[in-house]
Amino acid sequence: MDPLGRPRSPASQAARGSRWADRNFYLLALLAALTILGLIALVGWELYRGCHLALAKFGPAFLANSSWDPVSDVYGALPFIFGTLVSSLIALIIAVPLGVATALFLTEMAPQAIRQPVITVIEMLAAVPSVIFGLWGIFVLIPWLRDHLFPWLHSTLGFLPFFSGPIYGVSMLAGGIIVAIMILPIITSVSREIIRSVPNLQREAAYALGSTHWEVIRIAVLSYAHRGIFGAAVLGLGRALGETMAVTMVIGNRPEISASLFAPGYTLASVIANEFTEATSDLYLSALFELGLVLLGITLIVNVIAQLMLRTFSGSSTGKT
Amino acid sequence: MPENSTLPIESGPAPAEAIKPQSPGQTADAPAFDVSNFSLWYGTRQALHDVTIQISKNRVTAIIGPSGCGKSTFLRALNRMHEVMPGTRMQGSLKLFGEDLYRPGLDAAEVRRRVGMVFQKSNPFPTMSIRENVLVGLKLNGIRDRALLQERLEGSLRMSALWDEVKDHLNRPGVSLSGGQQQRLCIARALAVEPDVLLMDEPCSALDPLATARIEELIQQLRLRYTVVIVTHNMQQAARCSDRTAFFYLGRLIEYADTRVLFTSPANPQTEAYVSGRFG
Amino acid sequence: MSADSYNQARPSISQQARRRWVSRIVTALMGLSALLVMTPLFLVLYFLIREGASALDWHFFTQLPKPTGEVGGGMANAIVGTLVLLGMAAAIGVPIGVMGGVYLAEYGGERTNDVIRFTADVLNGIPSIVWGMVVYAMLVVPFKTFSAYAGGVALGLMMVPMVMRTTEEVMLLVPQSYREAGLALGIARWKIITVIVIRTAMRGIVTGVLIALARVAGETAPLLFTALGNNFWSHNLSEPISALPLQIFSYAISPYDDWHRQAWAGALVLMLLILVTNLVVRMLSRGRPQS
Ligand SMILES: Nc1ncnc2c1ncn2[C@@H]1O[C@H](COP(=O)(O)OP(=O)(O)OP(=O)(O)O)[C@@H](O)[C@H]1O
Ligand SMILES: [Mg+2]
Repeated sequence: MDPLGRPRSPASQAARGSRWADRNFYLLALLAALTILGLIALVGWELYRGCHLALAKFGPAFLANSSWDPVSDVYGALPFIFGTLVSSLIALIIAVPLGVATALFLTEMAPQAIRQPVITVIEMLAAVPSVIFGLWGIFVLIPWLRDHLFPWLHSTLGFLPFFSGPIYGVSMLAGGIIVAIMILPIITSVSREIIRSVPNLQREAAYALGSTHWEVIRIAVLSYAHRGIFGAAVLGLGRALGETMAVTMVIGNRPEISASLFAPGYTLASVIANEFTEATSDLYLSALFELGLVLLGITLIVNVIAQLMLRTFSGSSTGKT
Repeated sequence: MPENSTLPIESGPAPAEAIKPQSPGQTADAPAFDVSNFSLWYGTRQALHDVTIQISKNRVTAIIGPSGCGKSTFLRALNRMHEVMPGTRMQGSLKLFGEDLYRPGLDAAEVRRRVGMVFQKSNPFPTMSIRENVLVGLKLNGIRDRALLQERLEGSLRMSALWDEVKDHLNRPGVSLSGGQQQRLCIARALAVEPDVLLMDEPCSALDPLATARIEELIQQLRLRYTVVIVTHNMQQAARCSDRTAFFYLGRLIEYADTRVLFTSPANPQTEAYVSGRFG
Repeated sequence: MSADSYNQARPSISQQARRRWVSRIVTALMGLSALLVMTPLFLVLYFLIREGASALDWHFFTQLPKPTGEVGGGMANAIVGTLVLLGMAAAIGVPIGVMGGVYLAEYGGERTNDVIRFTADVLNGIPSIVWGMVVYAMLVVPFKTFSAYAGGVALGLMMVPMVMRTTEEVMLLVPQSYREAGLALGIARWKIITVIVIRTAMRGIVTGVLIALARVAGETAPLLFTALGNNFWSHNLSEPISALPLQIFSYAISPYDDWHRQAWAGALVLMLLILVTNLVVRMLSRGRPQS
């Protein structure tokens, strides 16, 4: 008899089985969720394990050493760190103003009929694989930069060290431009989300003061959203730092530190992509792993900052709208 | 458990007896729920205070009271639905046919199969057809027998007075029905697992008067076979379709009596204020 | 003094005109930015079609790459390889991602969920090349061979956080009342989740999986030292395998015109694959889940 005084039904035996199944299903879900924590540990551990040789040999000097010479087994990360930071910085300088302006255009000005198509185009831009940008970069962008934009920059701004020196086409600047194109969608879409979360009350208050459209945006929208937009830029930076294929294909891949943006450069991600399978000695491979660890460290820090900024922003704004 | 403490479950009283309204004061009713000193907390906030009540078998019991007085909380305690929310805690005893529903080791799912529930807003599963909606409880509880399923399908749809309207398109999505039909579909879904008790939390509050009338009619039919507990904001509804009525206020059971008595000569001044609409 | 500042506080006519002009110019600049942002997509698509379409023929889809220097051949093995890798990635990324999403949406406490979500978002930002290195150390070194398995695992691990976050999101959109209705029928929790909640959220979950697949389909970096590439058919998943992005990369940086032509063709095919997936996603998400 069951607790309610009826003959035990097949259903109540099934209940016993299902309690067991419930438990297992829960454990399975928990395990899957914990995989996420396991993955981050795995990534850190495998990279650390891969580079212990180089760590032991070079120590912290690895970061400051600017020579990368596989022939004599001497490795330093400085040119790559430099290349990664400079190309990402160029990308940000181009992409942040364009992305934020586009986000403002989409939220504050564009008529409904234009808005959706533009958003769709930007989403499609985000879907283009890195290697296709690289292909396009090699055969379309680089020749154009070499023959038109760079000579023009050279002749107008050549007095600056950034825009002097010989022009090859493949260059730090080309790398920065291609990365800019690739991080535009994420900067635009995250900024758009943030600008959209600005309460309308703010805008109305500004309009009530007799402000022009631009003043409303400056006073009501930007002053309110600038923290979040900064977060969007940092998120874009995180993506830029790790961009690999397209950069590898246009940056020139030379481990040099040069003031000129027309000179070829090299990034952490590109050198790994190019030399990993060719690494002949254990120390060489280990040095590449250490570059990977450096790259991971930088992107992790940047991403954590971005997530924290975006989180606090959305936390403070969602309650109000 | 001692055999003598369980009551045999009848397949239903003879129709003639059940259709006849209960005469006030009749005490022969067998208790379905026996609740004593039942209290419930949401975290630190106490929502029910020492509720003691006996709910009769094969009767319709209405629960009324102002918003926030704990009606839903009490109803959900009857089939342990409140346990879904983390941080709830209860005290006291709650028995169904003599068996403690909160006995350690008794699965809440087991309790809920015996004590069905219909919600304020009809909620047929959106991905399922009418047929699947009715049978989902049986199928997911492991019943495969085709003939039995077919029998329950028709039986519960007839019982919920929906059969004639849907018998020709059982494969249409459940959500394609009208609001009132959807609510009756939810009743059919609850009935298909053959519970002993049916709990209804304001089942008509989202329906128009015509659909409400149909559900009320249906509740009268259900009494033949089930014990029904219904929460309602509508005092006419309580008066029309219940045998006994419980008035809750601030988490306490204030008065519990035969419906006619409670509405015509309430013992408690608070009850009187509430039923005469002079409340708050 | 006070009269002076009063006059200053009132904008003159010319000042107002200036403000209006500034506003107009800035507005125009923003419109221009939007145009500029869209330009690269059109340029890329234009050149993909111009350069790629002419190289797309029957052979491209049916033949293997020709040896260095020979004209002709195709990317049949790379196309199949990409599909195989995506299949393996899905086999890893979908179950773990969906179950993790189930945990976040149905079981997890606030604190745990915050930690897991945060970690997932951070994982999404890890450069894809790093995944390649990790899987190299994890699978290629111990088994002493580059393999399709390694490539599939790299892509699959990348999918996990993406699928997890979207699954959680769409499952939370399923109204609580359906879960309650299931519980009130005495149905076991795991059945409520699988049969009722997941089924209701299915469209959104499929959308999330497709987006994740489209994203990893174009990934090259994580495959460079896992799947490696292969100029022939792979008969075995423990051998290196070719993939469209890998083939595009190696042809693009080669010195041969014919290979450049093929790289464009491959890029066109890859782009079409991704665009079609995005189109399907768009169609799926047009009819929002019922609520
Ligand atoms: N999940 C919960 N957590 C905390 N407090 C709750 C929760 N649910 C209900 N309460 C509180 O418990 C009290 C009783 O709520 P309950 O929903 O039972 O009221 P009710 O009588 O059904 O009201 P209504 O007529 O509006 O449906 C209310 O004060 C409510 O605020
Ligand atoms: Mg209620």
